[in-house]
Formats: sequence, structure tokens, C-alpha cells
Amino acid sequence: MARSSSLLYLDGVSVSFDGFKALNELSLTIAPGEMRAIIGPNGAGKTTMMDVITGKTRPDSGEVFFNGTVDLTGEDEASIAELGIGRKFQKPTVFESHTVWDNLELALKAPRGPFATLFHVISGAEKKQVDHLLDLIRLGSKRNELAANLSHGQKQWLEIGMLLAQDPKLLLVDEPAAGMTDAETAETAELLKDIANDHSVVVVEHDMVFVRSLGVKVTVLHEGSVLAEGSLDHVSANERVVEVYLGR
Amino acid sequence: MMSSFLFRAMDARAGLFLAIMAAVIILVPACNLLLPEGSTFHVPNYAVTLMGKYLTYALLALAVDLVWGYCGILSLGHAAFFALGGYAMGMYLMRQIGTRGVYGDPILPDFMVFLNWGELPWYWYGFDMFWFAALMVLLVPGVLAFVFGWFAFRSRVTGVYLSIITQALTYALLLAFFRNDMGFGGNNGLTDFKDILGFDIQADTTRAGLFAASGLALVLCFLICRAITRSKLGKVLVAVRDAESRTRFLGYRVEHYKLFVWTLSAMMAGIAGALYVPQVGIINPGEFAPANSIEVVIWVAVGGRGTLVGAVLGAVLVNFAKTWFTAALPDIWLFALGGLFVVVTLFLPKGIVGIVSQGWTALRQRKISEDYEAGSDEPPSQAPQSPASPANVSPKTSSSTLPADAEPQPAE
Repeated sequence: MARSSSLLYLDGVSVSFDGFKALNELSLTIAPGEMRAIIGPNGAGKTTMMDVITGKTRPDSGEVFFNGTVDLTGEDEASIAELGIGRKFQKPTVFESHTVWDNLELALKAPRGPFATLFHVISGAEKKQVDHLLDLIRLGSKRNELAANLSHGQKQWLEIGMLLAQDPKLLLVDEPAAGMTDAETAETAELLKDIANDHSVVVVEHDMVFVRSLGVKVTVLHEGSVLAEGSLDHVSANERVVEVYLGR
Repeated sequence: MMSSFLFRAMDARAGLFLAIMAAVIILVPACNLLLPEGSTFHVPNYAVTLMGKYLTYALLALAVDLVWGYCGILSLGHAAFFALGGYAMGMYLMRQIGTRGVYGDPILPDFMVFLNWGELPWYWYGFDMFWFAALMVLLVPGVLAFVFGWFAFRSRVTGVYLSIITQALTYALLLAFFRNDMGFGGNNGLTDFKDILGFDIQADTTRAGLFAASGLALVLCFLICRAITRSKLGKVLVAVRDAESRTRFLGYRVEHYKLFVWTLSAMMAGIAGALYVPQVGIINPGEFAPANSIEVVIWVAVGGRGTLVGAVLGAVLVNFAKTWFTAALPDIWLFALGGLFVVVTLFLPKGIVGIVSQGWTALRQRKISEDYEAGSDEPPSQAPQSPASPANVSPKTSSSTLPADAEPQPAE
């Protein structure tokens, strides 16, 4: 796909840590509105790829473009977030000593400068939006609970809710189903499918059942580059994939 | 906009604090000036100055609590900003001495005459005017903090590393101010002050006035801190403290937030120093000693970090204990202080304020349960929000069910 029509465009991206090539000439394109699952064995470079896209790690070489025109390699985390890329961490990271409500309020799209927040008074529209998000992530009854008191699965959802509150164009979701019960995993898949209706989503996941239930195009990473791409059945049939990953 | 900002600072807890402070600010000077010496309620002169000193310490502790308790920046160098504010005020007081110094030079302070300096160094210009000195009390610590913070926070220096460089900062200033050629009186510092704004600095009324000024400065800074910590900015600060990278990925520029509170906090420390100097009558490089900054952190920890009121309480209590101990059992004080820090860290992670609010919550909980047993229809709710739980709770949720364990996490 051409760079200009893509939402996210990675071309020949390499990152090495002390000689270890975490990403090796990785090229990947996400179309606007697409939902993509990324799988791969441990150390395949999934999290490093997220770090590169969100500005946490600078690539040694290669191009990263958002919306076809914005070069992400020159931006920091805060400005990339402002551009419309939201990220959920592998380990659920929420603000534990804030309430669920405050977590969402902080994530809401609004001016991010210190003076803007100093004089900020929450508006009715913002309250409505937080209420809507609380319903969506099924935490309405926990709105005044401290985030520290949520269960693991609820924290994952809260973090997804915070991501949505930012109103991003692209969501990067790192292992949303990790540590969840089967029922929670199924619900999370539904939630992500809902979200994918009006957002582009990249999901990194280990859980094959979960990936299958998403039913989207899959990219297999191995040793820092793309090994195979296509539907889950298609990549599962690939011998190399079976060898490095599924066959183990 | 401004009114809602200030309105946010007020609630029952702030009201209680303000009421106590108002009583102190009015009663202590009144009992000193108006009552005859024989009276039981007469406050002796030395006590007014002593308590005035405590109030300036309390303001310093408040400044540390703002950055440490809410933003997780453990500063071990706040005494540097305190001392710089003190020096700015000291320079004004030196210029007021005029011909009354030992050498009687109308322009040069005594130590410069003693060092055979021909003329006033350029950086002493303007300090004969109070407004200029007052401005410098804010600007010198503020600018230093801004420059220091700009580099430190932009390079993402956090945790222990930041604490260590703040120690280095105050130590470097200590060594610099010890040198005679710096032009700040070297080892002896600045002293032998005569008057302030035309009032005799030794007079009872001036001392009472300084006491009241310290109290008012404390109240004002308390209200500012409280308005900040209860605003959305305050929530962002706590977010930075708890999960810095998450805050970044939400699009907040963490370094800007840190720089804002850090600079503000340094300016408050400067004000505290400026009020401290006329009351104790001297400022010397000893105020930059690294141990001083560490002591401030102990005050805040004892009172309860992230509570504002706790910082004030801790500063007053620990210093009161220090005054008593150093008089009664001088050899034991440092052991007692060290022991206190260990005990607080191990057994009172939330400090005095934390314990009190926990106890109060438990008591209320018990009463509600008893009422319920006695046949009231109201079922026992969850633990009601404790009065002293961190102030970063939005007003919307303040009547709801918040467990009391919203304690600040220890800095790495």
C-alpha cells in the first residue's frame, strides 16, 4: 500500500539494543479503519514496535509515518499522543490513587498544558462523555472506586476506556487479554470489535483463541521482521510460522 | 475562572486549618503585646520569635510537600531555596544599617569594609529598596529552580538520582557562599541587622508583626497549594507521581508539570527564608547544609505527605520537640530525630494526619454499625471518606465511598 493512503506506515525500521536486533528491517502498513492483530513468539519485537510508534524508542534506521504525512520519528510521546495514537500497556497501567472517574477525566481529550488544567472546570459535555465511557467499559458502578481496588480485568478495561477517552485515530493495544478469565477474554474481544467500528486498532496478543475471535488480518513477527501476513488460517498454514511459533 | 479556582481550595478541613491559623495569628501577638508580663496568658518575647520561626519552617515544609507529596519529586535541596530567599532579605537588611555599622560606612556593609572592598558589587545594587529585595526573594530561588528543573526534568532525571543532584546543588551553594570573594559575608554571613521598613527589628511590635506576616504567608501559600492540588492540574500531578509514563502517553508533557510545581515550590521556600531571617537575626552559609534539607523531608514525613496540613503540623511538632530536646537532653536529639524517622517510615507511612484520619474513619464506621445494630434502618455503608484523605479528590466524589488507603506511594 502506498504511504499516502495509509494510516500507519513503517518501512525498513531497525532498532538494536547493545547489538541485539530487536527490530530488523520491519515494514508494516495499517489502513485507515483497519483492525490488525500482531502475533509472534517472545522476543519477536512486538513491544519494541509499539515503543517506536509511540515515540518511546527512536529507530536506528527506517521510516515511520502516521496519516501518510507525519514523521513520527521526530516526535516525543506527548505529541504523538496528541496526534491521535493511544497506547495500552502490556501490564495494566492506571492511576491507582485516583478514582475510576478521575482516571477517565484525565484521559479525556482536552488542552494538556499546565495552565489549561489549573483553571479547568469540568463541563457537562465532558461529564456525559465520561458516563458514556463508563457504560462502555462496564464500570459504571465502580465510578467512585479507587483504581487500585479494581480487579486485574477491570483495570485492563479502564485502561482501554482511558484510551478511548483520548479519542485517538489509532489504538495500540498490547495483550489486552493477559491474565483474564475466559469470560472476561470473550467480553474483551467484543469490546475491541465494538471499538474497531470507528477506530483503527492494532492488537498484540499471544492468545490464539482471542485472536481467532477477533477474526481480522494477522501479522506474524519473528526476530524483528514480518514473517507472514493474512488471515489466521492462512498464516497458520504457513510452514515457517508453524516452525517458529505454532509448532513449538 | 479565578473565583472557581480559589473556591476549590475551601472545604471543612481547609476551614478548620484557617480558623486555627487565624486564632494563632491574632492571639499570639495580642497576648504578647497587650497582656502584662505577670499574667498567666502572657506570651514571652522569645516565644513569639520562636513560634514565628516555626511558621516559616512550616511554610518550607509545605513547599516540600507540594513537590514530594503530590508530584513524587523528593527534593533533598529545598533548604537552598530557603537560604537564597533569606540572603535576599538579609541583603536588604544590611543595606538598611547605613552608618550605624561598626565602620560607619554609609554604603558598604561592615564585612566589605573589613575586606578592603572599594565599592559595592553590582549584584548588591537595588537591595536598599524593599520592593526590589522582595522581588528577588521570589525571583532568585524561582529562576534557579526553573533552570535546574528545565535541565533535570527534560533529561528525565527522576527518583533517587534527582534527590542526589538536589543535594549536590545545595552543597555547591554552601561551598560557594562560604567564600569571602562571593560578596555575601563568607563564613559569618549577614547579621547585625538594625531595622526593617523603618521599624526597629528588635522591638516587640516588629517581632509581633513579623510573626503575623509569617502566619499570613503560610495561610496564603496553603490556599494556593490547596487550590492547585484540588484542580485538574493537581490530579495530573498525582498521576505523574503514580505512573509517569502513562501520563506521558496520555499526551501530558510531564516535564512542564514538574517544572511548574518545582518553580512554585522554590519560590514559596524563598518566602519562608525571607521571613525567617529578620526573626532569627542572621543568615549564614550554614543554612545551605545538606542536613537541613533532609530534616525538612522528615518533618513532612512525620506530619503526613501529600496532605498539606500534615506538612505544617509535622514542621511545628518536630521543631517544638527539637527546641525542648536540645535544651533538656542535648546529646539525645539527633538520635531521637533519626529514631523518629525510622518509626514513622515503618509504622506511620501516612504520618500523623494519616493515622488520625484512619482512626476517625474507623470510629465513625463503628458508630454507624452500632446504630444499625440498635435498629436503625440505614444499612452500614462502606468506610466513609476520611477527612484527611488526599486532597486530590474532586468535590464531586467527596461524599462518596472512598477507602482511606489512598496513600501516596513512596518515591522510588
